[in-house]
Amino acid sequence: MAKSTSRKTPKDLTFEIAVAELEKIVASLESGQIPLDEAIGLFERAKALLEHCSRLLESAELKVKQLEGDEAQPFEEDGS
Amino acid sequence: MSQPSLFSAKTWTVTELTRHVRTRLDSDEALQDVWIQGELSNVSRPASGHVYFTLKDASAALRCVIWRTEARRIKARLQDGEAVDAHGHISVFEAGGQYQLYVDDLRSMGEGTLFQEFVRLKAALEADGIFDPARKLPIPALPHLIGIVTSPTGAALRDVLDTLRRRLPLAEAVLSPSPVQGAEAPTSLVTAVRAAQRQNPDVILLVRGGGSIEDLWAFNDPALARTVAASPVPIICGVGHETDFTLCDFAAALRAPTPTAAAELATPVTIGDLRDSVTALQGRLVSALHDVLLTGRSLIQSLAYTLGLLSPARRLESERQRHDELSRRVSLALTHDLGLRTVALRGLMQRVNALSPAAVLERGFAIVSRTSDGRLVTKVAQASGHMQVRVSDGEFRVHKN
Repeated sequence: MAKSTSRKTPKDLTFEIAVAELEKIVASLESGQIPLDEAIGLFERAKALLEHCSRLLESAELKVKQLEGDEAQPFEEDGS
Repeated sequence: MSQPSLFSAKTWTVTELTRHVRTRLDSDEALQDVWIQGELSNVSRPASGHVYFTLKDASAALRCVIWRTEARRIKARLQDGEAVDAHGHISVFEAGGQYQLYVDDLRSMGEGTLFQEFVRLKAALEADGIFDPARKLPIPALPHLIGIVTSPTGAALRDVLDTLRRRLPLAEAVLSPSPVQGAEAPTSLVTAVRAAQRQNPDVILLVRGGGSIEDLWAFNDPALARTVAASPVPIICGVGHETDFTLCDFAAALRAPTPTAAAELATPVTIGDLRDSVTALQGRLVSALHDVLLTGRSLIQSLAYTLGLLSPARRLESERQRHDELSRRVSLALTHDLGLRTVALRGLMQRVNALSPAAVLERGFAIVSRTSDGRLVTKVAQASGHMQVRVSDGEFRVHKN
């Protein structure tokens, strides 16, 4: 059966989408209904997603922009 | 009780008289909860933290004291010449022989007017359902983009950004700048809130640091309050301190006591929570795979068993058995067939025997053949030389000259 989930590489996914896909994979693996070869594939995918999520969490740095009209410009904080 | 005459028999001590006056004043309920309007003068703030001043108007003066604990709460500017409304109770300072106002609240005159205006505006907006809890939008648990409407230079922005960095650095913040006080502030804030909405954030923080009621007044603007209430994006309003309430606080999806608290309420799920949930998923994944492998192993074992049943060795065995069975049946069939054939052969032999010349010979006939070439003699002309004569029990030789 064809996979309905998008097969984007994990690094293109936002944290939530990656976590949502992870949840789905873990739940389906837990169901015990997945054939072994497919399970191994899912595990590999989940591992990549996990690494991506951890990397996102470790490297997270609040991005701040400032509106000028409707244009979002980089925000320059006063060093005060 | 009649007024005691100075010439009465009883002579009071100063303390007795002062205490008596004090009791009279303290028991007058009208003097226990009064608002008094006047101008501040002789404001003094000794190291004790209490504040002393005189409240005066054109023709009278009233000594006043604000105890340290109350003084800390009061935000009005305490400066000589300031027109204020002071609230408190009248009593007597016995040691000084002075009656005075013990102040527990104090507003600048403007503040008093503004407060009445606040009450009036709030009632009007309330009647329009602007504060209806049913229209308040829920705050998303994990915002991507957080709009911030405030002054780009205020402490409030710094507090908000620090809090967001600490709690959810995964998010993105977009500042929609606006002055937060002054005549232009309300209109500018409405524009800034709308600009923030157009960025499609998950939540908007409308914040400002602490200040006097005049400083915070822009957040009581009815047009701003309506904009906040009608926002398609949930707005968290954090203006001033815990004790400050503005109309925007009531109109917003959520009121926060301070800007920092607003940033906290906008990030109910922190990066620590996310780390925990990723770790939990990792654990579940590993144990799920473990289970899958265990299932796979037992599947393999059962397959191996099934395979054993289907193995060629076993098949061979059964083929061999089948072969034996077949051979048995073949030999059985052959034997049977042979039997039949034997019977038939016997019949045939009898019939062949019936045709045998021997039987004819028994009847007295003889077979004559020439010795020279073995040919049968069936005509007289053929008889010549030595010949063999075969009869029923043997042969003998004859000779024709």
